[in-house]
Amino acid sequence: MSNVFIVFQDNDDSRPIIEAILADNAQAQATYPTGLVKIDAPGSLVVRRETIEELIGRPFDLQQIHVNLVTISGHIDEDDDQLSLKWNN
Amino acid sequence: MDTPVLKKKLGLKERYAAMTRGLHWDTTYQPMDKVFPYDKYEGIKIHDWDKWEDPFRLTMDAYWKYQGEKEKKLYAVIDAFAQNNGQLGVTDARYINALKVFLTGVTPLEYNAHRLFAHVGRQFTGTGARVACQMQSIDELRHYQTETHALSHYNKYFNGMHSPKHMNDRVWYLSVPKSYFEDACTSGPFEFLTAVSFSFEYLLTNLLFVPFMSGAAHNGDMSTVTFGFSAQSDESRHMTLGIECLKFMLEQDPDNVPIVQGWIDKWFWRGYRLLSIVAMMQDYMLPKRVMSWREGWEMYIEQNGESLFRDLARYGIRKPKGWVQACEGKNHISHQTYAVFYSYGAAAAFHTWVPEEEEMAWLSEKYPETFEKYYLPRWNYWREQAKNGNRFYQKTLPMLCQTCQIPMIFTEPGDATKIAYRESDYQGDKYHFCSDHCKEIFDNEPEKYVQAWLPVHQIYQGNCFKPGVDPTKEGFDPLLAVFDYYNFKVGRDNLDFEGSEDQKNFAAWRGDSVQGAKK
Amino acid sequence: MSVVALKPYAFPAKDVRENFPAPLLFIGWEDHLMFGTPVALPLPPDTPFGALGTAVLPGTYGYHPDFAKIDWTKVEWFKSGKPWKPDPAKSLADNGLKHKDVIRFRTPGLSGINGSCN
Repeated sequence: MSNVFIVFQDNDDSRPIIEAILADNAQAQATYPTGLVKIDAPGSLVVRRETIEELIGRPFDLQQIHVNLVTISGHIDEDDDQLSLKWNN
Repeated sequence: MDTPVLKKKLGLKERYAAMTRGLHWDTTYQPMDKVFPYDKYEGIKIHDWDKWEDPFRLTMDAYWKYQGEKEKKLYAVIDAFAQNNGQLGVTDARYINALKVFLTGVTPLEYNAHRLFAHVGRQFTGTGARVACQMQSIDELRHYQTETHALSHYNKYFNGMHSPKHMNDRVWYLSVPKSYFEDACTSGPFEFLTAVSFSFEYLLTNLLFVPFMSGAAHNGDMSTVTFGFSAQSDESRHMTLGIECLKFMLEQDPDNVPIVQGWIDKWFWRGYRLLSIVAMMQDYMLPKRVMSWREGWEMYIEQNGESLFRDLARYGIRKPKGWVQACEGKNHISHQTYAVFYSYGAAAAFHTWVPEEEEMAWLSEKYPETFEKYYLPRWNYWREQAKNGNRFYQKTLPMLCQTCQIPMIFTEPGDATKIAYRESDYQGDKYHFCSDHCKEIFDNEPEKYVQAWLPVHQIYQGNCFKPGVDPTKEGFDPLLAVFDYYNFKVGRDNLDFEGSEDQKNFAAWRGDSVQGAKK
Repeated sequence: MSVVALKPYAFPAKDVRENFPAPLLFIGWEDHLMFGTPVALPLPPDTPFGALGTAVLPGTYGYHPDFAKIDWTKVEWFKSGKPWKPDPAKSLADNGLKHKDVIRFRTPGLSGINGSCN
């Protein structure tokens, strides 16, 4: 199965997002190239608003992730509650 | 008495629909085809523009909000960098030369992209596509400005960064990126999106903005990392536009598939060739290295590209024709490109140098099958000669590929000891190419590529001197006249890093000996 | 195939012979990748072919230690990749060379630094 990935700047804004992704996606793996956090996961990956909100203790608009997003792969779908990435193979 | 009705806030999907649908109208005074002349002639059939959807569902209001945040973050860093003399914190003044290549070769492309997305956005009849193009057009302008602004700080201290736009329009090696964009902008809007949004942004741009910017971080260049990642945060949206546009065309009509496949073949190869210069920056111009070009290629192109094309197979799309050759090239192109810049080091507005001992060891380790066998012998010879005051400068102008405009540096598939030569005859003249794929691109549209402004040929035609220059005057030096036309400050912008003003200044500012400054 | 366009598409070629003071000749030295690219030279058509080795190419290739060792009578020539026997006493034009032709030469026994094709 193909991996999808999502990469963020490695900073404080990204930390709860990374934590949420790792909590919600059991097979996701994070690596840390200089300045970055790259998360790879087989087939698909989901970023959930609720998980991030639980971690930060306040409302979070998912589109906020655009500020620190560096790159992604796979097909994307975003609504108010989650951003998902997946390959259809 | 009326009770006030509480309006529920719209969800993201509804908001996106409200902000991108129904904003368009069909013209009545003039036929639609006259007002939108470009969105049909390429042969792409669109039946329902409403099927176009931005999967991020970014609307203009949210766009301004998040872009504003990005700018504030970026400018805080740029200010801090300037106020704290950040230019002295980079690993080594050799590193600055990668920024010179970036500023003269990449930054002007951002401006061209800004113009082109504005143009393309105007030409589509679907509102979703128009909004996405409008955002990208503004993004690209932002990139052009922020890169120029961030790098202008270096221009105060280092040579070769004074005329990026002027150089981009004239200098021989900069015709490679320039002509790529001009080729794209003289295509129709759908081909343009396949070229820039899909092939360049989606398939290839990770290699420029991810490992290279990590490299900037590794080399202490806070300012470049920050503009790089700030730009790249827009890039994920651009990549998405690329893949969505592609899927949209493929889903709209089966007749679109062969047209799109032809564009993917063409633009993958054009983009791959364009990235040769990034390969060189990655392997040779970062004093502290993070990842070899080959490793980046494997991670971002081979693995990711395999997944992508497996996915697109259900539309009848296969991998681009040049895929296998491009993957073979991962072991060669950085070495071939840097070597030719070293050879023509008198004619470039940045410095080149012989890699140091431990850098060559790194290259041998990262390229075990190719570096020592094919490339190390020339470096050993050049180093020996340079030590004896006989630094190599090639003075005869190179032969260029008619399509990619890169000197004919690339070798035959399967034999890295032989330069690849290909040629076509067209209307009584010969045209030459670096590869089967560049030849095929020409053969498909010869009327277009015979117009190529090839810098070497333009120099020989006498078109690269400043106005009023008299080539018949005694003592006329054509090469110096060309450098003058380029706005090169000869002896400051060009030649080897060893002995350069940049090297001496950087050492003096840091209080190092010249030898120490290189470490 | 040809360009897909809205209107008739016809523009002059940039690099026709008339635009140059002399025809262009492209030259490459096989097995010597220290010169990582072949070169482009405008050469008057009446230049004797033999002058390439003695007058034209020293400035381009003289840096290489193999260059001085070349025996020009043994050099193998190729035109557009095919073996070719030019007459050194005749001019470029009389040897059939036209604008933007590409020729290459191989120097048997000389194949770069330590035989590495560099």
